[in-house]
Amino acid sequence: MTPTPALLEVSDLRVHYHTSRGAVQAVNGISFSIREGERFGLVGESGSGKSTIALALLRLIRPPGKIETGRVVLDGVALRDLSEEGMRRARLAGIALVAQGAMNSLNPILRVKEQIRDGLNDHGLRLSGKAFETRVAELLASVGLKRDVADLFPHELSGGMKQRVCIAIAISLKPKLIIADEPTSALDVVVQRQVMDTLVAVQSQLGASVILIGHDMGLMAQVVNRVGIMYAGDLVEVSPVADLFREPLHPYSQLLIASLPSLHQKEAFQGIPGLPPSLLNRPAGCPFRSRCPHAMERCAVETPPLREVRPDQRVACHLY
Amino acid sequence: METAPLLEAIHATKVFGGGFLGKGAGTVALNNFSLRVDAEPPAITAIVGESGSGKTTLARLLLGLAAPTTGEVRYRGKDLRGLSREERRRFLRDVQVIFQDPYEVYNPFYKVDHVLSTPIAKFGLAKSKDEARALMEETLNAVGLRPEETLGRHPHQLSGGQRQRIMVARALLLQPRLIIADEPVSMVDASLRATILESLRQLHLRFGISIVYITHDLTTAYQIGHNIVVMYRGEVAEAGDVEPVVKTPRHPYTQLLIGSIPSADPNQPWQRHELPVDAAAPVATGAVGCKFAGRCPCEMPVCREAVPPLFRTESRQVAACFLYRDRPTLDGADLDRVMAVPASPPVHTLVAGG
Ligand SMILES: Nc1ncnc2c1ncn2[C@@H]1O[C@H](COP(=O)(O)OP(=O)(O)O)[C@@H](O)[C@H]1O
Ligand SMILES: Nc1ncnc2c1ncn2[C@@H]1O[C@H](COP(=O)(O)OP(=O)(O)O)[C@@H](O)[C@H]1O
Ligand code: SF4
Ligand SMILES: [Mg+2]
Ligand SMILES: [Mg+2]
Repeated sequence: MTPTPALLEVSDLRVHYHTSRGAVQAVNGISFSIREGERFGLVGESGSGKSTIALALLRLIRPPGKIETGRVVLDGVALRDLSEEGMRRARLAGIALVAQGAMNSLNPILRVKEQIRDGLNDHGLRLSGKAFETRVAELLASVGLKRDVADLFPHELSGGMKQRVCIAIAISLKPKLIIADEPTSALDVVVQRQVMDTLVAVQSQLGASVILIGHDMGLMAQVVNRVGIMYAGDLVEVSPVADLFREPLHPYSQLLIASLPSLHQKEAFQGIPGLPPSLLNRPAGCPFRSRCPHAMERCAVETPPLREVRPDQRVACHLY
Repeated sequence: METAPLLEAIHATKVFGGGFLGKGAGTVALNNFSLRVDAEPPAITAIVGESGSGKTTLARLLLGLAAPTTGEVRYRGKDLRGLSREERRRFLRDVQVIFQDPYEVYNPFYKVDHVLSTPIAKFGLAKSKDEARALMEETLNAVGLRPEETLGRHPHQLSGGQRQRIMVARALLLQPRLIIADEPVSMVDASLRATILESLRQLHLRFGISIVYITHDLTTAYQIGHNIVVMYRGEVAEAGDVEPVVKTPRHPYTQLLIGSIPSADPNQPWQRHELPVDAAAPVATGAVGCKFAGRCPCEMPVCREAVPPLFRTESRQVAACFLYRDRPTLDGADLDRVMAVPASPPVHTLVAGG
């Protein structure tokens, strides 16, 4: 049915943060898959659960967070069944994360090459001096950085260079899946484009798949093949990017796309009135219903499941 | 005789750090920058630039929160540093600010009402408690907030977008002639961004307030501004009427900026042009030539020899670039000559309940 085989299969992933005020239902039983070689965009406003998904896929959720349910299969391997040691090895070699804000959490007292060495050492890969230098130069070249960047400290790098160093570290063990969590949110547009070009270039070199997390729909339109739209911990639509922009299915996707300002024509801004629901006491029914212009009685009682309603287009909405 | 503009930066330069008399490298945050903001007719001027280009420094100079190293900032024709008590008080009402991060403005121990009641008390805007309450409610309504959902709450009980709209309401309360908004929507989600910008635009349309909208986002600048100033490392790269500047950008930097914006249309592919990877090396104080040389695909020998003045490429557009050296030049202090003059909108005033 699917055009290319799935590299990653996620089913019924549910993550809660157990706080003193109750369980924050950050990811609410979502399912999706990533195909080989594809770039998949995960979009949603802040707090919708994007980073939690990324961390859960790598089993990096820390207390008070807990993966309540879910199956994550990468290239035939069920990641949640792996031992801690097995999972540690799968990270970087199978699935690598450029975490949100990673460029600002590079170790300030280590030169770039030492940071790369750390990643390799973690995986028991100890290269001799010469081989290591060559590997570092290769990695830097593949993200468009000069060899002498290896000897610099993070504070000597511009934002765009730091982000490319983070990508270099992420690909040091040739992962099959690269997750980049808002890699360019803190960068200027010119630099953003350079970083995106870099990400796409390393992806095609490795033949890897990419999950790009973000909230900039313009960026998604330009970079990814398919988009998953998150709303309050739910995946409400998954569509190929061209279909999504041509004919968004979910009312939230529709309003989101209508709220984008254009550089071609001046028009009144259309916001989306209202606020997302609290994740502490998720009401029954559709999470979007309080803001939805099409809400019906049924939307208040019955939670719409994510279903394929057109070829390759999935939506969680009772209108379909 | 022409009346003095409401607020004006004239050849303002701000240098941070560096030794005495410019020995040692300092950071030139703003270089010989002029901008004139009139109250009549009210207009929205967008200031666009990447981070570090000097936008916040400009805002702080215009607000009198920092003094220029050289040059001056004048309010109704008088240097900000020489205002009398009475003039200063008028300035503090006439010119309001909205900063990027509303979280810092709020005191977590006070209800959000405090943010509104303080200026009401300070400037004696209401005669009684009821009148103050009515004024608060009216201002909140004007920015699209429901008073019953906002008053009486603590800052953490509101969303970022609600908090930012309360800042817009606070700015409106004093019926200023000018609001300086420094990246007011950079920290909020897309769905709220539109709502907040619309409430800003409504302040302009309904109350005739001029706005200086500072942003790194050229798209919203285009949407909201009549005029635009594109900054590059503390200087004007390009300026003028927002239509020609965005539709037919002349400065290579503006062209690069516009080409880098990802269009929310998958059928409009991103422009591809290769850039030198690490060319964004900072220019030290005292370096001659165009600040964009080194990154510029059109660089010519002259670009390293002299600083390009503003060339008037169109009647409503100037670009600081030697590609246009056959055009007449314009002194930065005369920038208003290329700015669009919006048709004067109908003006309403807020009236307190009593
Ligand atoms: N350590 C934590 N403790 C409690 N709540 C958390 C924690 N981390 C995230 N959350 C909550 O989980 C929800 C999803 O967060 P996150 O995955 O970071 O969203 P996004 O990346 O889409 O902005 C938010 O409501 C957030 O407040
Ligand atoms: N208080 C300060 N001390 C030293 N340098 C500063 C200070 N404020 C700003 N700068 C420098 O001035 C330049 C312009 O900064 P800023 O006006 O904040 O730019 P923007 O708001 O466009 O990001 C930057 O290089 C910045 O590092
Ligand atoms: S399920 Fe109902 S409330 Fe939810 S988006 Fe669809 S129509 Fe709107
Ligand atoms: Mg996140
Ligand atoms: Mg700033």
